Amino acid sequence: MSAPVDVHAEVLANTRLSPDYNVLVLAAPAIASAAQAGQFVMIRTTSGTDPLLRRPFSIFEVLRHQGAAPPAISILCKRVGVGTSHLFDAAAGDYLDCLGPLGKPFTPVAPPAEAWMIAGGVGLAPFATLTDELRAAGTSIRLFYGGRSHTDLFYLDWFESRGVSLDLATEDGSRGSRGRVTEPLDLALSAHPASAGLMLYACGPEAMLKAVTSLAQRHRRPSQVSTERIMGCGMGGCYSCVIKVRDAAAGRVHFVRSCLNGPVFDGDHVVWE
Amino acid sequence: MKADLSVRIGSLVLKNPIIPASGCFGYGLEYAEVVDLASLGAIAVKGLFLAEREGHPPPRVVETPSGMLNAIGLQGIGVHRFVSEKMPDLRRLGAVVIVNICGSSIDEYVELARILSDVEGVSALELNISCPNIKEGGIQFGCDLASTRAVVGAVRKATRLPIIPKLTPNVTSVSSFAKAAEDAGADAVSLVNTFLAMVIDVETRRPKLSNVMGGLSGPAIRPIAVRMVYDCARAVRIPIIGMGGINSARDALEFMIAGATAVQVGTACFVDPFIWPKLLSGIEEYLDRHGIERVADLVGTLRTDRN
Repeated sequence: MSAPVDVHAEVLANTRLSPDYNVLVLAAPAIASAAQAGQFVMIRTTSGTDPLLRRPFSIFEVLRHQGAAPPAISILCKRVGVGTSHLFDAAAGDYLDCLGPLGKPFTPVAPPAEAWMIAGGVGLAPFATLTDELRAAGTSIRLFYGGRSHTDLFYLDWFESRGVSLDLATEDGSRGSRGRVTEPLDLALSAHPASAGLMLYACGPEAMLKAVTSLAQRHRRPSQVSTERIMGCGMGGCYSCVIKVRDAAAGRVHFVRSCLNGPVFDGDHVVWE
Repeated sequence: MKADLSVRIGSLVLKNPIIPASGCFGYGLEYAEVVDLASLGAIAVKGLFLAEREGHPPPRVVETPSGMLNAIGLQGIGVHRFVSEKMPDLRRLGAVVIVNICGSSIDEYVELARILSDVEGVSALELNISCPNIKEGGIQFGCDLASTRAVVGAVRKATRLPIIPKLTPNVTSVSSFAKAAEDAGADAVSLVNTFLAMVIDVETRRPKLSNVMGGLSGPAIRPIAVRMVYDCARAVRIPIIGMGGINSARDALEFMIAGATAVQVGTACFVDPFIWPKLLSGIEEYLDRHGIERVADLVGTLRTDRN
């Protein structure tokens, strides 16, 4: 993996998807050319000191050929606090400091194995780039995607146009099955032939990741989970973003930095709280 | 002509006064891809006990205006793994290594000092007697003058390496602790560690940190830290390594004018891991503009006359 760079990136577009979600396109050629699916960037949401720290975001899309525009990345952002509100309000022509690419990427599977991606809410973010990498390998892809309501589900056309089959779930039942996305996943795992290779990729709320990994273990399937922790630096300096993992070799449980050892972990190794 | 940036900390000559702060720079190697470690005055590596430590459960950090609180709990790999796994690469990269050591007893500090004294490439020891986040070590020695004298004196007998007690601001008079450290044989003191603080989520009425309290760092504390460095500079003759919210060359210069011979930078590196050459070039530009040939000549030059 290449060394991270800090790009003073021009905002090329800010598309508001809903009152809470937006997609920011950032001119960051050095990051776009090096990024791998599952990696993240640390973005300064203001040039001032409130908030002081950068915010981590999965790299959503890598936009290599934009006509005359420079290679860019986008991030999928959900407005939850001061920093993400700044990003929701950003305008084309603004500049944001963007550090990356950071972290361990997903390991894509190749045919005959299938790839099933499980996304909850803003946890959709790492799956566009993963789709691109899986398609390049010719892997069959299925997306299980859940949100509170149909207004929280985005980019469905994007995934469908790339041959990804969709299984949707909403808590209010307004789109797809009513309830949690892990319910259709459980049914699909039960129906899938045990002899057929399969990798589960999950990103979303920690309760969902915990449910996915326990389903994966029950059905004897491997999984890779992308975790999100409060992160100070993204470089391994601060030890803020730790997550508990079981060290397979030593057989003991300990904290590791999700910025360096993750954000993508083998689902069997994570010890959920 | 380029100014001379070198400074002297006891027997140790640093090529410049800029040092990444302990607890904010991992073991240094995490940053080797983005900064030439040999270009820094020194690096202060994450605090080490004899044994490995897991630290506190998350959440370990929370932000406040112009600052952040941390309660990491000194997660670390222990001195033996540090020596075998980290020191070879740090030596290869030419880093000047200041090892921050923590103990739950005076014997533990002494044992750490003995072990590290024999390790090639270790240039100095920073005695962590000021971590606000753990009960059983460190700060119990930093909040009592007799204990500060005892631990510094015991380590002094155990090593010829320069020793730099790192002082807490969570006392009435930091300068009396600087003086106690000097009297017990310290080569320098570093200050300030973080300010004990807390943040509460009013909706849930729960603390935002798992440890309830944590240490406040960042630009929010800088003016208090500058004042404390100034107080200590008037109380002791040994060099002071100043820190607390340094975000720019201008901030570093402020500490040096107040009396710091060198400075450490912590929280700002979280925001900008590429800050180091910017700090150095900013200091050079200032010295050039003011016609100062040696940065050491700037130390403690605060003007308090009325003109």
